[in-house]
Amino acid sequence: MQLTRRNAILMGTGAVLVAGLPLASSAAGEDAIAAFTGGADVGEGDIKLTAPEIAENGNTVPIEVSSDSAVEIMVLALGNPTPAVATFKYGPLAASRTASTRIRLAGTQDVMAIAKLEDGSFVKTSSTVKVTIGGCGG
Amino acid sequence: MISRRDFLQTSMAASALLGASGFGQWGRIAAQQSLTQDQLLQFDTFGNVSLIHITDIHAQLKPIYFREPSVNLGVGPNKGEVPHVTGADFRRLYGIEDGSRSHYALSSGDFTALAEGYGRVGGLDRVSTVINQIRSDRPDALLLDGGDTWHGSYTCHHTQGQDMVDVMNALKPDAMTFHWEFTLGSDRVREIVEGLPFAALGQNIFDAEWDEPAELFPPYKFFERGGVKIAVIGQAFPYMPIANPGWMFPEYAFGIRDENMQKMVDQVRAEGAELVVCLSHNGFDVDKKMAGIVKGIDVILSGHTHDALPEPVLVGETIIVASGSNGKFVSRVDLDVRDGQMMGFRHKLIPIFSDVITPDAEVTAVIDAVRAPYEDTLADVIGKTESLLYRRGNFNGTWDDVICDALLSEREADIALSPGVRWGPSLLPGQDITREDLWNVTSMSYGEAYRTEMTGEYLHVVLEDVADNLFNPDPYYQQGGDMVRTGGLGYRIDISKPQGSRITEMTLLKTGERIDPSKTYQVAGWASVNEGTEGPPIWDVVEAHIRNQGTVSVAPNNSVEVVGI
Repeated sequence: MQLTRRNAILMGTGAVLVAGLPLASSAAGEDAIAAFTGGADVGEGDIKLTAPEIAENGNTVPIEVSSDSAVEIMVLALGNPTPAVATFKYGPLAASRTASTRIRLAGTQDVMAIAKLEDGSFVKTSSTVKVTIGGCGG
Repeated sequence: MISRRDFLQTSMAASALLGASGFGQWGRIAAQQSLTQDQLLQFDTFGNVSLIHITDIHAQLKPIYFREPSVNLGVGPNKGEVPHVTGADFRRLYGIEDGSRSHYALSSGDFTALAEGYGRVGGLDRVSTVINQIRSDRPDALLLDGGDTWHGSYTCHHTQGQDMVDVMNALKPDAMTFHWEFTLGSDRVREIVEGLPFAALGQNIFDAEWDEPAELFPPYKFFERGGVKIAVIGQAFPYMPIANPGWMFPEYAFGIRDENMQKMVDQVRAEGAELVVCLSHNGFDVDKKMAGIVKGIDVILSGHTHDALPEPVLVGETIIVASGSNGKFVSRVDLDVRDGQMMGFRHKLIPIFSDVITPDAEVTAVIDAVRAPYEDTLADVIGKTESLLYRRGNFNGTWDDVICDALLSEREADIALSPGVRWGPSLLPGQDITREDLWNVTSMSYGEAYRTEMTGEYLHVVLEDVADNLFNPDPYYQQGGDMVRTGGLGYRIDISKPQGSRITEMTLLKTGERIDPSKTYQVAGWASVNEGTEGPPIWDVVEAHIRNQGTVSVAPNNSVEVVGI
């Protein structure tokens, strides 16, 4: 997509550059998952990810992860060129196994959180965050 | 979502919830030659709590005409479900007689003829009469305003919302939530909200920097009415900085935040709330989804998508009430709350037929006072229309056709884009177009009419992006507007397809040629959400066009082919 300065003035600052089709997950994301889990099965369970459905600003999207029994939580932005966002580690005395941060998203994509639990098993959850041009409210 | 018949059966069968609506009454009223105010407002007071809901007034102080949409498509789980049922199908669904007052108020079809017979709707002095009548039955009824109140007219624009604040204060609401109000800019919003004699609620209005609840907008407020402890939780429009210019209110973040909504419901229940009411500006489909996720809300008073439904929709044990727009309707919901539980309800969607309801003189005086400095300008006739001018519809409306034509001719563009907003009253064939009428469909704080170049590829991205805001099968990804209106550009849309493959066969209408992705086109539009957009105000552009035309006539618009319904 060719984007002139005038288009940018018209349609948006950050958003216009990234609006478009949902970004597919890259091989880099799968590699990161494999490295984190060592190839173990990943189920569903004690992991929660809170993210907006539509990003107000794709450059700084607030997310939060939490789990009661995680020792590590890895966050991936699967559509970003570099999917790895952060890995949070919790010791046995951690009062709360929660983390919140802001991430940059290259466009509409799935954000995934994978937790390694105390028993050594892995669980994951994901959420689609849409990055849009917007501009037509009722 | 359940059908009407299921709904009635369910509400009878469910032991905890006994339902009734004012609807059966309407069939009889409609059959009568004339309707009196007493008949229109007849309601057997029920239970121990009354809620009065009005929403999306868009600054319409005076009676207007307002045509409901003939095209309002639902997708995913909402395909074919209310409010995505229109015209004759809507009338069959609710047993409304063709040609009746209810037909006129609630559905499209024969609009011009019925409007001439039944007259204008709305007017906040009439709304006041209805509210007073309900308060005479139930003095402690709660009046709740769903927002989109301080936007949408010449006087509202020029007084920065003060006209609406003055008139609404005279109606004495108990609480309010928000959407277009924020387009006044955060300083003005703060100034007004700090002086409001009622609660300004929004559990999803957060401080953008700290991602913490914004202090100015409490999440909820408790009321003690009819011996019942009621919590009203506010839910502002979730996508404000995306659908409207975020740079005008950079201090705030929004979002649906249903996990926080659940937290608030749990909190108010723990504090003893016997009835939990959500005053929402989510839009109907979003409210339906939220009602299925958040447990413990008894009533959602739904706004934003401008739907008017003669019966509540039941999701689990939550009833969702939709009360229309532009001052055309008021909903009354009577509830029987006992032992901390909603045991039953009685509901009536009251259309504000302006010729039937006597205006409340006190409120008329307030309206006259706020309009007085502008009366001459408002009444200025700028042209006439031969066609019915309206806005509602998923893809186009005749008012938008006029606006797009104005952009094409006055701005010498190949293609015009006009935002798919749902506000703006209608005009009947033969009516003069006054400056007030024009501002009713264009007024906003970011109305600059830009002119720019776009490649065919970029135009496609724009249409696909907006289409996904409307036709994403998951309501949480919908923003609640309609499709961007196009002038000079035709296209085919398959609403069943995913983003990126809905829009095909884009055609430049003046040549009949397909849009070339690599070619550059001159595009004129208005209501850009971006800071620094330049151009003359849209109302000046459209006024010049109407004055040139003298009398406006709109040909049928067949430029959008819709499939996948």
